[in-house]
Amino acid sequence: MTVNVTMKVNGQSVTAAIAASTLLVDFIREHLRLTGTHVGCNTAQCGACTVHVNGRAVKSCNLLAAQANGAEVTTIEGLAAADGTMHPMQAAFKEHHGLQCGFCTPGMVMSACELKGKLPNATDEQIREALDGNMCRCTGYQNIVKAVKAGLAA
Amino acid sequence: MKADGIGARVTRKEDHRFLTGNGQYTDDISLPRQTYAAFVRSPHAHAKINGVDSASAAAMPGVVAIFTGKDIAASGIGGLPCGWLIHSKDGTPMKEPPHHILAVDKARYVGDQVAVVIAETLEQARAAAEAVSVDYDVLPAVVDTATASKAKASVHDAAADNVCYVWGHGDAAAVDKAIASAHHVSSLDIVNNRLAPNAIEPRAANAAYDKSSDSYTLYVSNQNPHVERLLMCAFVLGIPEHKMRVIAPDVGGGFGSKIFLYAEETVLVWASKRVGRPIKWTADRMEAFLSDAHGRDHVTNVQLAMDANGKFTGMKVTTTANVGAYLSTFASSVPTILYATLLAGQYTTPAIYAEVTAVFTNTSPVDAYRGAGRPEATYVVERIVETAARDMKLDPAEIRRRNFITTFPYATPVGLTYDIGDYPACLDKALKLADYAGFPARQAEAKTRGKLRGIGLSSYIEACGLAPSNVAGALGARAGLFEAGEVRVHPTGKVTVFTGSHSHGQGHETTFAQVVADKLGIPIDDVDIQHGDTGKVLFGMGTYGSRSLAVGGSAIFKAVDKVIAKGKKIAAHLLEAADTDIEFKDGVFKVAGTDKNVPFANVALTAYVPHNYPLDKLEPGLNENAFYDPTNFTYPAGTHICEVEVDPDTGKTQIVNFTAVDDFGNIINPMIVEGQVHGGLAQGIGQALLEGCVYDSESGQLLTATYMDYAMPRADDLPNFQVATHVTPCTHNPLGVKGCGEAGAIGSPAALMNAITHAVGVKDIAMPATSERVWRALQGRA
Repeated sequence: MTVNVTMKVNGQSVTAAIAASTLLVDFIREHLRLTGTHVGCNTAQCGACTVHVNGRAVKSCNLLAAQANGAEVTTIEGLAAADGTMHPMQAAFKEHHGLQCGFCTPGMVMSACELKGKLPNATDEQIREALDGNMCRCTGYQNIVKAVKAGLAA
Repeated sequence: MKADGIGARVTRKEDHRFLTGNGQYTDDISLPRQTYAAFVRSPHAHAKINGVDSASAAAMPGVVAIFTGKDIAASGIGGLPCGWLIHSKDGTPMKEPPHHILAVDKARYVGDQVAVVIAETLEQARAAAEAVSVDYDVLPAVVDTATASKAKASVHDAAADNVCYVWGHGDAAAVDKAIASAHHVSSLDIVNNRLAPNAIEPRAANAAYDKSSDSYTLYVSNQNPHVERLLMCAFVLGIPEHKMRVIAPDVGGGFGSKIFLYAEETVLVWASKRVGRPIKWTADRMEAFLSDAHGRDHVTNVQLAMDANGKFTGMKVTTTANVGAYLSTFASSVPTILYATLLAGQYTTPAIYAEVTAVFTNTSPVDAYRGAGRPEATYVVERIVETAARDMKLDPAEIRRRNFITTFPYATPVGLTYDIGDYPACLDKALKLADYAGFPARQAEAKTRGKLRGIGLSSYIEACGLAPSNVAGALGARAGLFEAGEVRVHPTGKVTVFTGSHSHGQGHETTFAQVVADKLGIPIDDVDIQHGDTGKVLFGMGTYGSRSLAVGGSAIFKAVDKVIAKGKKIAAHLLEAADTDIEFKDGVFKVAGTDKNVPFANVALTAYVPHNYPLDKLEPGLNENAFYDPTNFTYPAGTHICEVEVDPDTGKTQIVNFTAVDDFGNIINPMIVEGQVHGGLAQGIGQALLEGCVYDSESGQLLTATYMDYAMPRADDLPNFQVATHVTPCTHNPLGVKGCGEAGAIGSPAALMNAITHAVGVKDIAMPATSERVWRALQGRA
């Protein structure tokens, strides 16, 4: 079954006729070719596919594209300014070496950005709890926590 | 120190693309007209394949082709090779049963690939794969490591007792004598639990055949594209090597699991010519759990003999190592060459003997995983040393100190010669940082809160910088272990470096650029590092065994030296001086003792616009290659100290302090080194506290094949680490570096388990030390 979806992705309106079973992450990666959003587990555990839907950080492997019909979606590609200047959270990850292989990074950054609205003064412990849904196999999380703290303060 | 040179905390050049979603991982690459593959995998651990019926699947929408093991075998394709030949102690070679890229007569583990479906879309490929009907006769499965050699069933006919080899290393008679005459012998039975590597990027490949040039291009998530190409072309598919380009683009973590030549990408390359279109495959997470090579899985008894002063006199290690259903690329070397050679640890133990029985089981293949053999060795040594301290009522720090090697070079009784180190210095620094002296007070305070506090040490050593090719060859390696580098200076003085090392998180694009920029006296932004493409890089052995900087960096170093040497000749011509009078410093060639000089960029331009140039004796251009083959391994070493608090009501362990003091030799970028240590510690702590592959002992089903069942360390499972370094520069490579990628995973499990067993007051708890296991241990003690 084909469905029509319309949503705003990184500020641009997109409309497409897609299979009803299309996951949001596949719509973003395969239809829009925005490949910064990654798939690490397909089961909403690893968080590599985290994007913002109407301002909330959600795992896009666990949502149908049709469920995001009419929504405003922000992916990692939509964070930096038009001139390429990184979002303060992105800059903080670079400054504090909060990434290594980079695969979990987009999801990690999207989760961290959501925290800015929820807990702008989060403690280390609160940051660790908030990132519970985003796995990183490279960094041991220490520098991610440091980066998020700096990104929240920026 | 140059602000962006050697030793500087330079932020990473690669970060911008990763942070803005512009990385290019294999699954991000889509090729025109590409198809998608789905593998039909065995649901049984051990089963005879009577037949594969793909007729109805082939008629499903979008199906392009279906291939089975018989199709592959009919085209004369053999199996995947093992890269290291081990001989049993009786002189017979290891058993190497065929490892078909699609199973032919039998499936030997859950996930073993039986057929491949290629279709227009991924959904169509998966749907058709479900419809392929395989007629299996289920056979009894061999699962358990310790009892595999006594199992009634055989994984391979060629190894009826499931034994791949029984390998001996060291002087057995001397060890028996030491044990017989010892004041005390400490003994321990331990298990090194099986782990799934779990790079967050699953393995992926995209293979394309080009008819016009009769050549192939393979994009693959891999740590060593040249090795992948060599093995696939020369040992499996018979494709001429110059007709295959392997590209390992951005790779989302490897940890060893992406070293190996796997069946999936080999099938894709083979099939791409048959279907005449590119074929893409990306593992889902359950496929990754089932089909990525696992790590560890040892069962060991260790005995340590000592005199009345706690001085070690002999050590005997008996290990059974599970290699899984087939020999993966480096599987045979991990529990032997990379394991038993490290059993001296940091100690002067004069006699050591290890016997390793490698067994086949109906489980996923086991191969190198972060540390590969060295974590297993460290776990044996550091657990038994701690046990010995308790038996002898000696402070764990003191017993280590009494046995440390303090003179270098030092030839161990297990075949290695340590070039340099300062083990007491690392220990002392760690003790101080961890406030070891204050532990009794903290323990007493914890007791008032009803908590059990324990502290554990681990003074590890590893052999890295793999490896001197001649030594490796004598030990059974079927390949060289040098590294290659090319430094291409452009006419404007900008530099592109091509390296055979592969970065999949290690930050080579920054670290290697720091080295080159420092040596050439140019800004780091003028240096780009290229890697991961056999079409660009002259050759390479890739990244594993903490070898990239020590071996790959040394190759680059040598190539830069050649650039400077040639530049001096050009500068001598321009400055009308003798070659021998030219000095090069801070990016400027200068006639010694004068102010006559010419900058690097002018020399580069002259090399490419050779109007005023010694064309009669010097070729134009400024582009140099180097191959570097190390003369020894490097020996990173250090002490990790872990302090824990155990809640006796729940068995829950909390790490209250973790201190790591490591000697990695000279450090190019401290920020990156700290990051590598953090990540290694997380994996070691994951092994000790959380992770473990569990197979059903009867059916051979992998029970931990999702993130719901396999406990990956998450942010709130881990503490902040206290890390520091102590430097003794490596004596035999030009950078004086040793490697830092694996140390965290090597040293930490023993420190943590020594701390937990100390807190609980028992000799051993099996890893992972879950709350349940710790709680049960506490009940047993009462």
